[in-house]
Amino acid sequence: MLELRKTPLYDAHVEAGGRMVDFGGWALPVQYTSILEEHRAVRERAGLFDVSHMGEIHLTGPDAMAFIQHLVTNDCSQMQVHQIVYSPMCYPDGGVVDDILIYRVCENDYWLVVNASNTDKDYDWITRNASGYDVTVSNISSKVAQVAIQGPVAQTILQRNTDCDLDSIKFFWCRPETTVAGRKCLVSRTGYTGEDGFEIYCKPEDARHIWDTLLEAGKTDGLIPAGLGARDSLRFEAALPLYGHEISQDISPLEGNLGFFVKLGKSEFIGREALSAQKERGLSSRVVGLELAGRGVPREGYPVMAEGREIGRITSGMFSPTFNKGLAMALITTEHARPGTALAIDIRGKAVPATVVKTPFYKKAYRKE
Amino acid sequence: MSAVKYTRDHEWVKVEGKIATVGITDFAVQELGDLVYVELPAVGDEVRAGERLAAVESVKAASDVFAPVSGEVVEVNEALEDEAGLLNESPMDEAWIARIEMSDPKELDALMDRAEYDEFVKEASH
Repeated sequence: MLELRKTPLYDAHVEAGGRMVDFGGWALPVQYTSILEEHRAVRERAGLFDVSHMGEIHLTGPDAMAFIQHLVTNDCSQMQVHQIVYSPMCYPDGGVVDDILIYRVCENDYWLVVNASNTDKDYDWITRNASGYDVTVSNISSKVAQVAIQGPVAQTILQRNTDCDLDSIKFFWCRPETTVAGRKCLVSRTGYTGEDGFEIYCKPEDARHIWDTLLEAGKTDGLIPAGLGARDSLRFEAALPLYGHEISQDISPLEGNLGFFVKLGKSEFIGREALSAQKERGLSSRVVGLELAGRGVPREGYPVMAEGREIGRITSGMFSPTFNKGLAMALITTEHARPGTALAIDIRGKAVPATVVKTPFYKKAYRKE
Repeated sequence: MSAVKYTRDHEWVKVEGKIATVGITDFAVQELGDLVYVELPAVGDEVRAGERLAAVESVKAASDVFAPVSGEVVEVNEALEDEAGLLNESPMDEAWIARIEMSDPKELDALMDRAEYDEFVKEASH
């Protein structure tokens, strides 16, 4: 078997009883004690996640902004220093290379935070498209570890361990030169859970100290470590897309319900023509939310049916811990995508009634002020 | 007599007369994590040993439960329909899944006893 890559927190996970799994080549905990317990901790109190596997690509140079505008579908032209923008990054045919966070860490320095399993592909894509731009591209993933603290009391806990005034960091903004537990960090008010919270970028050698310090400091507030299982169920309830599911090389950001992050009116960018054409033609299918009316659990890949005919497939589905029912996101034909439409999901050969519902299933509790 | 036998698919079966009570093992439940849904068979279903009897679903995934013996389903544990979490609490006892009236009790001979099952699990997890 291929040797799995370890994050700097590997030992901490094993010591805490984490059940380690192969996640895109990384050894990471799917859970420590229980996905449900970890999920609830983040919704009600706080959870600590190791997301050190995420990739970071550094762009610097006078053309960095122009190059980013060329690479991604969202409009970054108004980005302020320390601001963060979310965007799909597309192929010329409109398929998605990856969905990324763009951090403007200073005037001409940007961090692109990318999905772990896409890091090499993204780096290759970005460097191949950089010709003609005065920009230096480097993959700094191995020099950056990342810990996310998420949940309604995340700020209270983190504030006790940082010299940064967290109230001054707004949603999707960052503070690059600060400390957590006495170690140098970049802190941003971002996350992948549908809760308020922070992501802490640090040196790999400081990750363990920060992890241990925060867990200890948050114990009385109910902070617990949370694994990949809860990360997925939390992002799912908030209807945050996952690359390879709601968006992929074959599912465009328009189909993936990310039209808000595709600014066709901005200057030229890779994929613009294809996406404009797709929009003009009208989408043949799109990603919607489904709520199961009958009993069962909708799972990825299950067929979605209308009048006995398959009209799409589930992209992500599960038994929602917050709502105690089967929920799904599915890519289905546009004519059936209106909320309230009655459909069925084929669960192991049985047609179980389901209804199209608006997403997100779980309303975000982000602090936007 | 009520010896408990085990399958390689991590079901247990407890026999009383012609009736076999079937569930999934403590080891299976530990591996699956929090269970959130159980799809039970219907009373009256005819099942064959090795075929799908039920499905149990955790937050992450769905797993089939196979019939350890052939026969007719005579009772199902309806409590699991509302509370799949019972499987996490008491997999070997309260959270039995179905009772089968066996058509061929000799099928039990192919199953493992606890010591054999423990050995099997130990080997499987290496």
